[in-house]
Amino acid sequence: MKETQIIEIDCEHVILQISNYLEGDVSDELRARMEEHIRGCKHCAAVLDGTSNTLRLLADGRSLDHLFELPPGFSERLRERLAQNLSEP
Amino acid sequence: MRSTAPTPNPREADLIARIKAGNRSLFYELIQPYQRTVYAAAYSVLGNPTDAEDAAQEAFLKALTHIGQFRSEAKFSTWLVQIALNEARLRIRKDRKGLYSSIDEGGQDEEGDYFPIDYADWREIPSETLQRKELKEALQRALDALKPMYREVLILRDIEHLSITETAEALEISEASVKTRLLRARLKMRDALAPGMDGSWSMGSPTYKKVRPF
Repeated sequence: MKETQIIEIDCEHVILQISNYLEGDVSDELRARMEEHIRGCKHCAAVLDGTSNTLRLLADGRSLDHLFELPPGFSERLRERLAQNLSEP
Repeated sequence: MRSTAPTPNPREADLIARIKAGNRSLFYELIQPYQRTVYAAAYSVLGNPTDAEDAAQEAFLKALTHIGQFRSEAKFSTWLVQIALNEARLRIRKDRKGLYSSIDEGGQDEEGDYFPIDYADWREIPSETLQRKELKEALQRALDALKPMYREVLILRDIEHLSITETAEALEISEASVKTRLLRARLKMRDALAPGMDGSWSMGSPTYKKVRPF
């Protein structure tokens, strides 16, 4: 498809698809239309960059340590409860 | 796109078969790698560490009791997450404080259109910023502020890295609903985090508003 044939889409459509875009879950045609829009729209570019950075932060253990670390003693308490359960008839 | 089919895991399949055959003392070995994911799933519903631990521990005990019902065509970790989510929701119903009423009301429909409210420019994350206490606190606040229906998909997909299909199976909702909720959850997280990310956290500058287009 030549670039001149790309049909323009508006900010609302770009934002609605931004999450799917980051998953790689959009068609080639939609991807091209979104990228064409984002090149000329600093608002959508900022939302795309920010959302993509948010995903990187969430995926990066360094920014999340403590948050989903198991509470101290979790595994020990679990093993005890399982052992108790196993010893029951 | 990330894969969706259950990954064959011969060691795990073997452990499950032996436990089903009566060797129940192998159960801890089986679930050991999934403790964090199960805890995170419970946290995604309950939003606090104490209740999340309670629900997660209870979920493991239930999984042991009901291991005979596990079907091998399902992914074991997804099955565990499903039990943890159910256990966590049971607690909310038992101890209902109105805070999570949206869960009980049956209709879990997504809210209407949502448009990002903040256009702060956030081009990169300096690696030293990742260690900053302010960032961790902001992440925690942003996660806590999400409604459970959004926090659940975000934690399962973007933190615990379940696939879209596994997230849908674990939450017993459609993949389309997972995608809609993920969009909302991710935009809300971005709205909450972006204002500090344009320099005020990495540079210690309180003047981030200057770089916003409006």
